[in-house]
Amino acid sequence: MFDTLAEMFSYTFLVRAVVVGLLVSLCAALLGVSLVLKRYSMIGDGLSHVGFGTLAIATAMNAAPLTVSIPVVVLAAFLLLRISENSKIKGDAAIALISTGSLAVGVLVISLTTGMNTDVCNYLFGSILAMSKEDVTLSIALAIIVLAVFVLSYNKIFAVTFDENFAKASGVKTGAYNMLIALLTALTIVLGMRMMGAMLISSLIIFPALTSMRLCKRFKAVTICSAIVSVICFFIGVVISYIGATPTGASVVIVNIIAFLLFWSVNLLKVRVRK
Amino acid sequence: MAFITCQDASFGYEGNIAVSGLNFEVRRGDYLCVVGENGSGKSTLIKGLLHLKNPIEGSVRMGDGLQPSDIGYLPQQTVAQKDFPASAYEVVVSGRLSARGIRPFYSRRDKAAANESMERLGIAPIRNRCYRELSGGQQQRTLIARALCAEGKLLLFDEPVTGLDPVAAQELYRLIERMNRETGVTVVMVSHDIGSAVKYASHILHLKTKQVFFGTTAEYVNSPAGKIFAGDGEGGPAGPPTGEIPEEGERNV
Repeated sequence: MFDTLAEMFSYTFLVRAVVVGLLVSLCAALLGVSLVLKRYSMIGDGLSHVGFGTLAIATAMNAAPLTVSIPVVVLAAFLLLRISENSKIKGDAAIALISTGSLAVGVLVISLTTGMNTDVCNYLFGSILAMSKEDVTLSIALAIIVLAVFVLSYNKIFAVTFDENFAKASGVKTGAYNMLIALLTALTIVLGMRMMGAMLISSLIIFPALTSMRLCKRFKAVTICSAIVSVICFFIGVVISYIGATPTGASVVIVNIIAFLLFWSVNLLKVRVRK
Repeated sequence: MAFITCQDASFGYEGNIAVSGLNFEVRRGDYLCVVGENGSGKSTLIKGLLHLKNPIEGSVRMGDGLQPSDIGYLPQQTVAQKDFPASAYEVVVSGRLSARGIRPFYSRRDKAAANESMERLGIAPIRNRCYRELSGGQQQRTLIARALCAEGKLLLFDEPVTGLDPVAAQELYRLIERMNRETGVTVVMVSHDIGSAVKYASHILHLKTKQVFFGTTAEYVNSPAGKIFAGDGEGGPAGPPTGEIPEEGERNV
């Protein structure tokens, strides 16, 4: 086991991927708790589709993927947030509209320029080779920002998530906090997308929160638990993908599903025992 | 100057006026009860008082040193909260947020205030229980404890006894009245329980898509709108005041 790990980490690209992945999954899990509880899970999904579109365009223009993706996805995050705040039902449909729309634009741009090749597959389902040195620096910075924001405004995030009207009435700038969460989510998604895949990145946001909610009863516990679950699942997923030569993104998602089922059945057992 | 002054104010949703012609004021130490049937615009008015909604016409002004952060608010429950993973204590202590300002963490005093208000409502034993596993009445009391520990100058209750059994409801009314009398905190309560309103409140605002009555409770009991309920003052919860008031413009939303 240790030999395998040692061998794994002798590759620079893998070390980079693991560092970026661990930090991205930590951020995604923290933001995910709030997003899932506010019924905003779809925003994460919508954003990753927009991210796919921007990746395709960036490749076509020969530009650095991050410089194109970050501003566009951040813009999309504000737009999606505005849509979901205004009306719940229409917001759902509007997110689907934007998701499929940007997917279509991405596919079209790719087929007009490089043609449908392995690049497309990598964008959609992720590639562990995609992480550059720049990404490592960026993800460390992002992780520090997310952690700092989370710790410093934890109580306000709790209030905004639990009861937005009350928080607003208490003088908390709820709009600003929603924006902040959307902004950080957009950054997390753009960073993690090329490794996890545009189709799979939103699982990092949704799964850990749902998993820890099976067992944890307190908001603080849910937050801490999902951060830990997310990081562990990612690591196990990467190791599995190295040993079995499976796609990284899919492996991580599968590990997350297993964790979810595990937590769910433990909860069932607990309820059974109490009766 | 009064805490809150409403002048010819109207509130509504997307161009439809829900309640209009509001002229009243809330002074320090008042216990104002806003009564009226469903759809009479009570909850809309509350949103206006909380500045979650701007008046369509007229004005709502705060004075006498009242800041928006001085208002402790107890909302009607939303569906999303019902399965929220949080302990009762976490919910209660979030009431201290308005006093926190930009300081990020709760102080020892905040925690003590949260514990004290949980004691007061008799929910100290369930402080670590999960909010979603509490009964409806316990959830309501948790939210009330949160509003109480905000310790602002004005407490705003939106139908606080919904989901409580009659004994607990009376206890709560007494608790709110005692708070008003002993600590001098100003109370604004929305209720359709006119009997208890007349029994405990100092002022009454009667709404029916527009302002029907505003004045002291004594005046209300002798007014045309209030006379019907004068006999109910001492009884238990009175029935909803449906259709008995000689006022046109009745509307159900």
